[in-house]
Amino acid sequence: MILESVVSSGDTGFAAILSNAAALVVVIPLIGGAVAAILGRGRLAWAWAVLCVLASFILSIVMLSVVLDGGTIAYEMGNWAAPLGIAYKVDSLNALIISLVSGMALLALLFGLPTVEQEIESKKQAMFFGIFLVCVAGLIGISITNDAFNVFVFLEVSSISTYVLVAMGASKNRQALTASYNYLILGTIGATFFVIGVGLLYMVTGTLNMADISLRLVGMGDDRVVRAAFSFIVIGLGLKTAMFPLHTWLPNAYAFSPSIIGMFLASTATKVALYLLIRFLFSVFHTGSSFEAAMFDFVLAPVAVTAMIVCSVQASFQPDVRRLLAYSSIAQIGYMLLGVSMGTAAGLSAALLHLFNHALMKGALFMAIGLAGLGLGVLRISEMRGMGKTMPLTAAGLTVAGLSLMGVPLTAGFVSKYYLVIAALERGWWWAVVAIVVSSVLAIFYVGRMIEAMYLHEPAKHADGSIMKVKTPIMSLVALYVLVLANIWFFFDPSLPLGLADTAAQNLIGGGGS
Amino acid sequence: MLEFIVGHFNYWVVIVLMMTGLYVVISTGNLVKKLVGIGIFQTSVFQLYISLGKVVGGSPPILEYLPKEYAKEASNYVETATKTAVATEENAIQPISDIGGTIDVASDPLMGVIYSNPLPHVLILTAIVVGVATLAVGLALVVRIREEYGSIEEIQINEAEYKQEAGGS
Repeated sequence: MILESVVSSGDTGFAAILSNAAALVVVIPLIGGAVAAILGRGRLAWAWAVLCVLASFILSIVMLSVVLDGGTIAYEMGNWAAPLGIAYKVDSLNALIISLVSGMALLALLFGLPTVEQEIESKKQAMFFGIFLVCVAGLIGISITNDAFNVFVFLEVSSISTYVLVAMGASKNRQALTASYNYLILGTIGATFFVIGVGLLYMVTGTLNMADISLRLVGMGDDRVVRAAFSFIVIGLGLKTAMFPLHTWLPNAYAFSPSIIGMFLASTATKVALYLLIRFLFSVFHTGSSFEAAMFDFVLAPVAVTAMIVCSVQASFQPDVRRLLAYSSIAQIGYMLLGVSMGTAAGLSAALLHLFNHALMKGALFMAIGLAGLGLGVLRISEMRGMGKTMPLTAAGLTVAGLSLMGVPLTAGFVSKYYLVIAALERGWWWAVVAIVVSSVLAIFYVGRMIEAMYLHEPAKHADGSIMKVKTPIMSLVALYVLVLANIWFFFDPSLPLGLADTAAQNLIGGGGS
Repeated sequence: MLEFIVGHFNYWVVIVLMMTGLYVVISTGNLVKKLVGIGIFQTSVFQLYISLGKVVGGSPPILEYLPKEYAKEASNYVETATKTAVATEENAIQPISDIGGTIDVASDPLMGVIYSNPLPHVLILTAIVVGVATLAVGLALVVRIREEYGSIEEIQINEAEYKQEAGGS
């Protein structure tokens, strides 16, 4: 509640910035994107982008600290009161997501400068960073807004910029174009389904404010229009989240996009969509109708388990490293959906924790692969041979993040899988525990393929018998190790994400609606 | 029954357009035609929103021409409405119908007029802009795909990609 006292004192300068933090965190990258596009030179635009994202990150940390003190931030756009105007809200559910998006954007930029200079034509670089900032603004906007239609606008802001960013990989591999096109078609269908659902909700409630919709939906869970709205929204957001049978756009989009984009999307885009799904399932709907309970048990849970197993198998057979990681991402989204589908506070809390941890590990993995691509031109697992000798630091980072992906103790991945198993046992879903174990064994297999190639094979290139050492840009390495160390840190001290996830889950499930 | 069908005419059109659009997207292999399908699909959503903003007997949400003696009262009306909106700010969530409850209906010349709900119209203006942006990006991508692959047919593009992947290994 610090921020509210600041508002009432009506200060200017720094205090005014703080009191408008909820708006600025979106507006800074949005306007910054337009500025970056006209800066013209790549490095200048990059520095500007870092500045914008840093400002956004600091503001999100300030808001996070307010939430950690037990407060929530409500912000009314243009001072229009809540049900009529657009309200922004930061609470225990989205505070961490906002910090995650802005923090990942910052790390992506620090990591990505050398890869962008290699992969993107120099005259397009400024535009590239501009679009990147717009994408960041869209993702933060989705997380922070409390207005259902505003969500759609930000969803499309982030999606359209993502289509462009993915297509920028075309100078490296022309398949980026078709990947981006498929993403565009499916993404647009998903967003349109979502907006149909919002329209139907507006039809029965007459409001677009999520908290207000939730109040008016009480007791309406069996209304046919509400059911239709529920289904449209779940399917629309399922497409954006890459829920199992709707995931076909994801592997190619991640594999052929520029390294920085693959890394940034893998650690944020699907996470934000999943957050939105959780927000709608538990905060907006949550009418306790039998229809919704059936959707959880007979649609979401089977889909989650299928994703965990089928996509892990698919990942095991991918020759392309980035596509392997992409399929693994879909499997990991299955873990989160499984937690969500349990419908219990413990399950939801585990899902949120895994969402956070998965962002850390996938971010680190994609960074390491990006660096390998930069230094050795690695795209396939067979080309990773001997990376343990040629790029020892990168290989070590990749290994730690890979272990975290498997869920080995001493890494963050273990903590969230542990809580997920506990939640499944509490719910009495022994088959879910079996699925988690099978999927983890498959993860050992596909991560093992990378580790085996890196450490148990000699480097392919022998010029004169000596091993060719590859230089890695120091800034990228720092960004990589921030994430790698975070993976270890959150094993020993998971209190930050766990505490927030617990509070959020208690509020959503215990509070019964609002 | 007939009344039900005729009464929901707009929504029948919405359903037909929506299904046509989706079918075109799924069935055609031509990249431009897919975008046309997306366009039809989105148009059906625009129509859905506009239909649900219609109030029976309501006029378009544009203020009627006011004789001079009413002009002042109209400005008062706007002022009162704004004040009420500000007053409700303290209560975090208040049903919309409560706002404006304090306005004296009898003395207000504008209160007798029924307007259609303008909010869905505004939302759809936004959605149309979004649709145009998506279409623009989609068409730009198709142009680039045609430059790279020399075709906009999915079958030929898939063949080329298959050859590229098989040849690359």
